[in-house]
Amino acid sequence: MTSGWSWFIAIVALANVAGAVWLLLANGRAVAADAAKQTTHVWDGDLTELNNPLPRWWVWLFILTVIFSLVYLALYPGLGNFAGQLGWSQQKQHAAEVQAAREVQAPRYARFAAMTLDDLSRDPDAMGEARSLWANGCAGCHGSDARGAPGFPNLTDADWLWGRDPETLVTTIGAGRIGAMPGWQAALTDAGVEEVVAYVQSLSGAASRPELVEAGATRYAMFCVACHGVDARGNPLLGAPNLADSIWLYGGDAEALRVSIGQGRQGQMPAHEALLGKDRVRLLAAYVLSLSAGSGNDGGTRDGSAAGGG
Amino acid sequence: MKHDVIEKNLGLLAVLTALVISVAGLVEIIPLYFATETTTPAPGIKPYTALELEGRDVYLREGCYNCHSQMVRPLRSETERYGHYSLAGESVYDHPFQFGSKRTGPDLARVGGRYTDEWHRIHFRNPRDVVPESNMPGFPWLEENTLDASVTPRKMRALRLAGVPYTDEEVAGATEAVQGRTELDALIAYMQVLGKASRTWGNE
Repeated sequence: MTSGWSWFIAIVALANVAGAVWLLLANGRAVAADAAKQTTHVWDGDLTELNNPLPRWWVWLFILTVIFSLVYLALYPGLGNFAGQLGWSQQKQHAAEVQAAREVQAPRYARFAAMTLDDLSRDPDAMGEARSLWANGCAGCHGSDARGAPGFPNLTDADWLWGRDPETLVTTIGAGRIGAMPGWQAALTDAGVEEVVAYVQSLSGAASRPELVEAGATRYAMFCVACHGVDARGNPLLGAPNLADSIWLYGGDAEALRVSIGQGRQGQMPAHEALLGKDRVRLLAAYVLSLSAGSGNDGGTRDGSAAGGG
Repeated sequence: MKHDVIEKNLGLLAVLTALVISVAGLVEIIPLYFATETTTPAPGIKPYTALELEGRDVYLREGCYNCHSQMVRPLRSETERYGHYSLAGESVYDHPFQFGSKRTGPDLARVGGRYTDEWHRIHFRNPRDVVPESNMPGFPWLEENTLDASVTPRKMRALRLAGVPYTDEEVAGATEAVQGRTELDALIAYMQVLGKASRTWGNE
C-alpha cells in the first residue's frame, strides 16, 4: 500500500473515533435548566417527551469501547501500513501454528521414520495418522473403504497392478503412475476387437461368444502379449493388469472390454510427494499394506519381509 | 452540536448519516483498488484461457459457489487439508471472485491436479460412482452440451475492459480454442487450473 493510502486509512479511522467521542461529549451531558429538558412534543394535552441526559453507565460503556479501539489500533495492524506494537499478522500466526504442530509431531514422525513399513502398518498411532491422510488425500478416488471404483483400483484385495512390496508402494504414491492402454480399434478393426474381447473373457472362463475365442487368441499373441504376457497374467513393471482373474478395473463385460481394447484406457495415479512429503507418503504406503493384509497378500509379493507377520 | 439540531435538519441528518455509514467502506474497501497486494497477480497467476474461462462460467451458472468455497484461510487446519492459503493476488483476474461463503462440499481453491480429468468426468456425471458418501448432485448434461464458441471472444473483450490483459491473438483464437468442446471439458479445464500456481509457492 502506498503511504498516501496508508495515511488516508489512518486519518479516516482515527477521525471516526474522534467523531464518536465528540458526539458523545456534545450530547451526553446533563442538561442544566429544567425547562430545557422539555421537548416540544406534547400529546393529549399533558404528555410530553423529556430530553434527559444519557444514562451514566451507558456513557462509561461507550468510553470503554473508545479506549478499547485505541488500544487495539495501537497493538494490531489497523491504521494503514502501521503494523501495530505486537507485530501480529495472519501469516505469522499461521507460521507459528505450523511450527508448533511440527514440533509436536517431530518425535512421532522420527519414530515412524525409523520403522519399516511392515512395522508401521501394525502401529496404531501411525495408522491413526494415516487414516486421516487417507480420508483427505486418497478416499476421493479409492473410496473411504479403499475398495475403489470402476477405473480406480481396489486396494484391499490381493490383485496389484504395480506390485505391493513397500518400495513400489512408496513410488506409486509419491511419484504417481500412468497406466497407458493404447486404443487398438484402428489396428484390430471392429471384428478384431470382438475377437479379442471374446478371448480375454475366455481367460477368466466367461466368454460370451466362444466361437471367436480362437481368432482372438491369435490377435492377442500379436498385439497384447508384449504387455499382458503370454499367460495374460500382466506385468507389474508396466502396470499391465492380470487378465486371467476375475478382477476388472474398468469392468469385464463385453461392453466395457470393447471400450478398453478399442479406445484404450488412460489410468493415472497423481504424484503425492510434493503435496504430502516423504514421511506421509511412507505412512500411506504402510496404510495400504495394512488394508490388504490378510487378503492373500502375506508371503506373496512382499519378498520375504512378510515373514515377521502374524 | 446538539442532537435536536441534527434531528430537525433533514439535509444535515442525511449528510451525517451518509458519512457515518461510508467510513468502513472508505477505509476497508476503497484502498484495496489501489493496493499492490490486491492488484498484482500472485506468482504464476495468469488470465484464464478461453476454455477455462468458459468452464468458470459453467461453474457460475450451475451455482457451484453455493456449496464450494475457493478460499483457503491462513489456519493450519485448512492449509494441512488443502494447501497454501489463498492470496489476494490470486483473484486479480476473477470478475467476480469465487471466494464463496459456505462449504457443503470441500474448498476448491487447490483442487487443480488433485484428481485426474477422467475422475472429474465420472464424478460430474454421478459423484457417487467414485465417492459413495457424496451428496453432490450429478451434472450429466454438461457432457452433452456443446459450448457456444461465438460468444467467447466477446466475454474476453468484456473482461479486458475490467483489466484482464488478454492479447488480441488470445481473443482472436478463443473461438477456435473452444469450438466443439463440451461444457464438461471446459469445467474440468477450470477445475484443473485452480491452485495450480500455488504448487510453486512452497509450504510457507
